[in-house]
Amino acid sequence: MSKEMQYVAFNLNEEEYAADILAVQEIIRWTHITRVPRAPSYVKGVINLRGTVVPIISSHLRFNLPEEEITDTTRIIVFKINGAIIGMTVDHVTEVLQLKTDEIEKPQAMSTIDEEFISGIGKVDDRLLIILNLDNVLSLGKKGDKD
Amino acid sequence: MDMSQYLDLFLEEAAEHVQTLNQNLLKLEHNPERIDLLDEIFRAAHTLKGMSATMGYDSIAGLTHKMENLFDMLRERKISLDAKVFNCLFKSADALDGMLEGIREGETEPVNVDTIVKELGMLENGGLEVGSEAVQNDETKKDTELWDELNEYEQNLVKTAIEKGFYVWRMFIEIHPECLMKGVRAFMIFKSLEGRGEIIKSVPAVQDIEDENFDKSLVLYYISADSEESIRKEMNKISEIKLKNINKISSKSEASDNNSSNNNGIKERKKPEGIVDISGKKQKIHQTVRVDINRLDSLMSLVGELVINKTRLEQINSSNKIEDLNETIERINSITGDLQTVVQNARMVAIEQVFNRFPRMVRDLAKDLGKEVELIVEGKETELDRTVIDEIGDPLVHLLRNALDHGLESTQERMAAGKNTCGVLQLKAKQEGNHVIISVEDDGRGIELDSIIDKAVKNGLAARTELESMDERELLSIIFEPGFSTSQEITDLSGRGVGLDVVKNKIQSLSGDVYVTTKKGQGTKFTIKLPLTLAIIQALLVRSGKEVYAIPLANIDETTSLEEQHIKNIQSQQVILLRGSVLPLLDLRKALSVPGSEKEDELYVVVVRKGEQQIGLVVDELIGQQEIVINSLGKHLSGIPGIAGASILGDGKVSLILDIATLI
Repeated sequence: MSKEMQYVAFNLNEEEYAADILAVQEIIRWTHITRVPRAPSYVKGVINLRGTVVPIISSHLRFNLPEEEITDTTRIIVFKINGAIIGMTVDHVTEVLQLKTDEIEKPQAMSTIDEEFISGIGKVDDRLLIILNLDNVLSLGKKGDKD
Repeated sequence: MDMSQYLDLFLEEAAEHVQTLNQNLLKLEHNPERIDLLDEIFRAAHTLKGMSATMGYDSIAGLTHKMENLFDMLRERKISLDAKVFNCLFKSADALDGMLEGIREGETEPVNVDTIVKELGMLENGGLEVGSEAVQNDETKKDTELWDELNEYEQNLVKTAIEKGFYVWRMFIEIHPECLMKGVRAFMIFKSLEGRGEIIKSVPAVQDIEDENFDKSLVLYYISADSEESIRKEMNKISEIKLKNINKISSKSEASDNNSSNNNGIKERKKPEGIVDISGKKQKIHQTVRVDINRLDSLMSLVGELVINKTRLEQINSSNKIEDLNETIERINSITGDLQTVVQNARMVAIEQVFNRFPRMVRDLAKDLGKEVELIVEGKETELDRTVIDEIGDPLVHLLRNALDHGLESTQERMAAGKNTCGVLQLKAKQEGNHVIISVEDDGRGIELDSIIDKAVKNGLAARTELESMDERELLSIIFEPGFSTSQEITDLSGRGVGLDVVKNKIQSLSGDVYVTTKKGQGTKFTIKLPLTLAIIQALLVRSGKEVYAIPLANIDETTSLEEQHIKNIQSQQVILLRGSVLPLLDLRKALSVPGSEKEDELYVVVVRKGEQQIGLVVDELIGQQEIVINSLGKHLSGIPGIAGASILGDGKVSLILDIATLI
């Protein structure tokens, strides 16, 4: 029996990624980000999300990719995970898609990003989506911090 | 019935009662003659018994029942209040505490209280020297006691009455608890009795009875020629009351040979607390509602948002200049201010809650250490935000333990130093503006600066030469450094690896500050300064580069403008001379690596205070003073040195709040 799950797909540096939709609270446009000095380098800063201060991390810097350029399509995906709200910048949100569990393969040491950030590789037609391990991506101060 | 929903309430109230027990036991230990305290204690134990029995906690009910028995006997002076009794009672209170804790933690294993119960039982039996008969008669007081309850004038009346062949009766009357008009019933009793004799005294007083200002029982002293039987008959005519007890009073001289007046036929126990209740209940009648702290929290955050939007509204108005809006904004301004105060006050709790457990703790510790200590507590009524109250207990325990263990000398040392053998420990709280100052002061040996130096060198905190060049204040601040402990030997109480740095960290996390002053041979004083509330504060907004930061006003001593050429370098440290004294500078741009390097023509210095130390923060612009709502950065970004939190400003942008204590 394969279960079907929904994912938010987005682009980062020309690669396709996906995140479990159940962890996504909302997707917002680029907004003013207040820099937080002395924070880890991949932390862009904090934003005001309707009265709540929400930390924002840069996916590019988190995955050791070159720093992003902010364009019209840049979005912030706001995640709610383990009760904490945290946002992550992405280059382009493409779609919401469904993946069956048997369409997801174990992560291989093939991706440009750190293995611990990946929970699997999703295959849709001829596309490959890197499914993120959000627990590891969004937990700050754990291993994988390279600053 | 499912009781789990009442569990929280039960635990909370039970904890209060145990607290009352502890407090009053302590008071009683100091003034054993204050029997009224026993009544308070009795009531607390009694309520606890009832509550726990209802909730099905039989071991608590059992223990409190035993305690109650003992209190009863103490009250009747069948056993005396000696150290053994106190120890046992304190132990029982601890056991109760432990059991409650167990319930709170969800432990199912019942705490074994057999030994304490047995001990209580032994005391109880040991006190039974009067014999079993006395227990049966405890609903009636002995003649001499009855006599002593009357004042001289009344005694004279009684004497005369007896000489003239009248009887004098002491009547204990209970009014049915559901009786709606107690006053009327009481009036009927008076009316009926006064037709046939004279009431010389009533407890409570007649005035209180008329005002229905009494619980459910009356004690009357009545002179009449009537026999006991006819009085009983009269009383039985009045509905909703019950003559529980009637004793004949004889004057003191006759007391010894007139024992027959005790009425043994009545089996109901007299409940003296019924009478005392009247005075006891008068003490505290507050109309209160218990509110879940979460509701207050969300109320507070709503007010916070209101404040943000109010500020926004003010900004819109100042840029658009709409006449009509002005007045409304003024109104909103004052309403928000009031609302904020009210909500803030609702979250305020008297520090009493924290302080109350200390007398007991100090007593026990002092006993363990074999020291004589008098604890003076002042300012219990000082109020602090609930969140602060919850956190402040541990640091205070730490400081008090330190003072007891290291601060105060042993009795012999004190004697040798020509001091009073009893050490004095003062715990004080008071409000000063927007701060609460809590101090822990002992009159002990003080802290020796030399031993600080030795210790710091030994623990590798600094070089001796460096330390020796420090002044007293700087040296004293070293004792708050991690890895420093002044204790000569490791004891059970303190010196188990955690030092004053833990205290300091805790206080700083509450946006407070702690410092110490000491005089050799005269004592040491720790002072904690805490903000009244953590939610909304006054802050100065400053600009550094393109970034705006908020500095809590509480940290700021003054601000001044600065010209580049006045900055001097001393040992690669930038300083300026401010009214003759040297002020070290910290450039905010450098400290926070603010992007951009364009030089501003004019700079400003914000003089901030870190403990006793002043530092000038160099900023590009002073934007102005504003009320800001403190938001946390979330658990992901908490603990960044120098950043206390974030605040949303009127323009919707987030500005960071500087934490002076950790910035520097």
